[in-house]
Amino acid sequence: MIALLIRDLRLAVRAGGGFGLGLGFFLILAVLVPLGVGPDPATLGVIAPGILWIGALLACLLSLDRLFALDHEDGSLDLLATSPIPLEGVVAVKAAAHWATTGLPLALAAPVLGILLNLPGSGYTVLVASLLLGTPALSMIGAFGAALTVGLKRGGLLLSLLVLPLYVPTLVFGAQAVARAAQGLDAATPLLLMAGITAGSIALLPFAAAFALRINLR
Amino acid sequence: MELRVTDLACARGGLPLIEGLSFSVSAGEALILRGPNGCGKTTLLRTLAGLQPPLAGTVTCPPEEMAYGAHADGLKSTLTVAENLKFWAAIHGQWGIQPALQAMNLVDLAERQAQNLSAGQKRRLGLARLIVTGRWLWVLDEPTVSLDVASVALFGAVVRAHLAAGGAALLATHIDLGLPEARVLDLTPYKAALPDVGGFDEAFL
Amino acid sequence: MASLWEYANPVKFMKLSGWLLPLSALLAAVLIVTGLIWGFFLTTEDFRQGSTVKIIFLHVPSALMAINAWAMMLVASLVWLIRRHHVSALAAKAAAPVGAVMTLIALFTGAVWGQPMWGTWWAWDPRLTSFLILFLFYLGYMALWSAIDDPDTAADLTAVLCLVGSVFAVLSRYAALFWNQGLHQGASLSVAPGTRMDMTYKLPLYLCMTGFGLLFLALVLAGTRTEIRARRARALLTRERAHA
Repeated sequence: MIALLIRDLRLAVRAGGGFGLGLGFFLILAVLVPLGVGPDPATLGVIAPGILWIGALLACLLSLDRLFALDHEDGSLDLLATSPIPLEGVVAVKAAAHWATTGLPLALAAPVLGILLNLPGSGYTVLVASLLLGTPALSMIGAFGAALTVGLKRGGLLLSLLVLPLYVPTLVFGAQAVARAAQGLDAATPLLLMAGITAGSIALLPFAAAFALRINLR
Repeated sequence: MELRVTDLACARGGLPLIEGLSFSVSAGEALILRGPNGCGKTTLLRTLAGLQPPLAGTVTCPPEEMAYGAHADGLKSTLTVAENLKFWAAIHGQWGIQPALQAMNLVDLAERQAQNLSAGQKRRLGLARLIVTGRWLWVLDEPTVSLDVASVALFGAVVRAHLAAGGAALLATHIDLGLPEARVLDLTPYKAALPDVGGFDEAFL
Repeated sequence: MASLWEYANPVKFMKLSGWLLPLSALLAAVLIVTGLIWGFFLTTEDFRQGSTVKIIFLHVPSALMAINAWAMMLVASLVWLIRRHHVSALAAKAAAPVGAVMTLIALFTGAVWGQPMWGTWWAWDPRLTSFLILFLFYLGYMALWSAIDDPDTAADLTAVLCLVGSVFAVLSRYAALFWNQGLHQGASLSVAPGTRMDMTYKLPLYLCMTGFGLLFLALVLAGTRTEIRARRARALLTRERAHA
């Protein structure tokens, strides 16, 4: 399984799109929003938590459709399915690799974009914490969506339609946590609820995703 | 160690292709499957490899003991030959890739990226993957596509060495592999007669 | 009746639904027409909300069926996954568009009701938001059905989506509650004593709710029958191709 993780990370780095693409998208969004909304610092400060979270969500979505599709095209997925690693493990590892190449860099880069969007000072710790806690769920839910659409020719658009509604709870709790922290309120409740969703997703969705993959390989 | 298939029926896209198929392959044996295009060779091999459920019948050998080789080689174009092979070895809990590289004459290409290989070289790499799985039964679908004469001979030698080491091979192929000792099974007589003998949609008829 | 599962056989199901469909359609029509006429013209007006309150006779039943349709899809999906009855999967498929339209009706009538009451067509109230999210779930579910060619693969994948989606739909509901406490009035009907609604309103409302339930049944039966016929045509074509 570690070999699979290393391979996926290496592929992401070699393809160039891994770290760069999602981060670039995140940055562009943080630049476009003030251009669209106007430069008023107070307004930006109010919407910053939501914008940062939606940006992270969309950046995650960007690379999801390739999660299993590439392996499906070149036959690796068939071979992985017949390998000693359970397919559930394959799903979990690939979601982890996806998180390490998108969610993790996004969480680390978010404070810089927070400055651009004039996020109040009390929000930064919670911003990073909420993204670190929440993006694993985004990757795992996304892996489930990617497993559902792996055999389809134009799975990308359908994938967004399937996955985005599933992102609602994570988005709400994540953005609420940051917003509360930015107002100087206690953010523990939404953070804990979001961590619960993440834990549940990581525990259960690999099984659903592996089931979907087996059906798609049939 | 033996693969025993009894009264197997399998289908593709709701249409039964093969039924009543029984055969066995034991250690040291090679069995070559023949039959016209579309007779269900690939479907049969995918069923044996556990990728799709059979309509009926039993397979004694669990998919965990088979090394399945499909039309696609499962190679990553940005990884080198050695990296590709090391990955599959690690997945199967094996470490040494040198014997496999030597057997398929890939030593000189070890550091080349897979995207810069020719079709035949990719195929050889795909076959080298079988060696690093460490599994006794090779289930191969058209293993010699895009191989030149010398490489086919090389592959024949690799299969023979595998058999001598107590392995077995099940090969779907149209060409002569230079394995005179291999038995040949023609799938034509096992063609499924009618879709209503067990198709997925029979309930609707 | 030997067992309920007998009706999972498409032929038996067609026979049963052949008379159940017109019956439920007729009953639904009678109940809804009676309920609406009674509700719209024969009840007094609410002293605070005026005549606008009468849209409740469309709003509440459609909202009820919007949720029940998803629940029915969940059960049907489970039956398909566990017992592999084709009719069950096709019934889930047929229920989705009905549920989606019910959700739309609930949202639309809610907007029409909300405009004079709250002074706005749309508010990001948790109930409204939850329904909008539910509508998105319906869309995704139907899109997945239509994107996959092989019917059994589609049935399996949509069933898994329905299971996972149900969990996340419930989570979304609570997330929406957490997010905004809202201005929607409380539930119109409650089982507990000390109800908030007068009997003159309740009876026609019950009629409409039963009518919508039967309407849903009739539409799902009709949809399932269509799906079964489509599958039969497909099976016959496959057989013909095999003979050729």
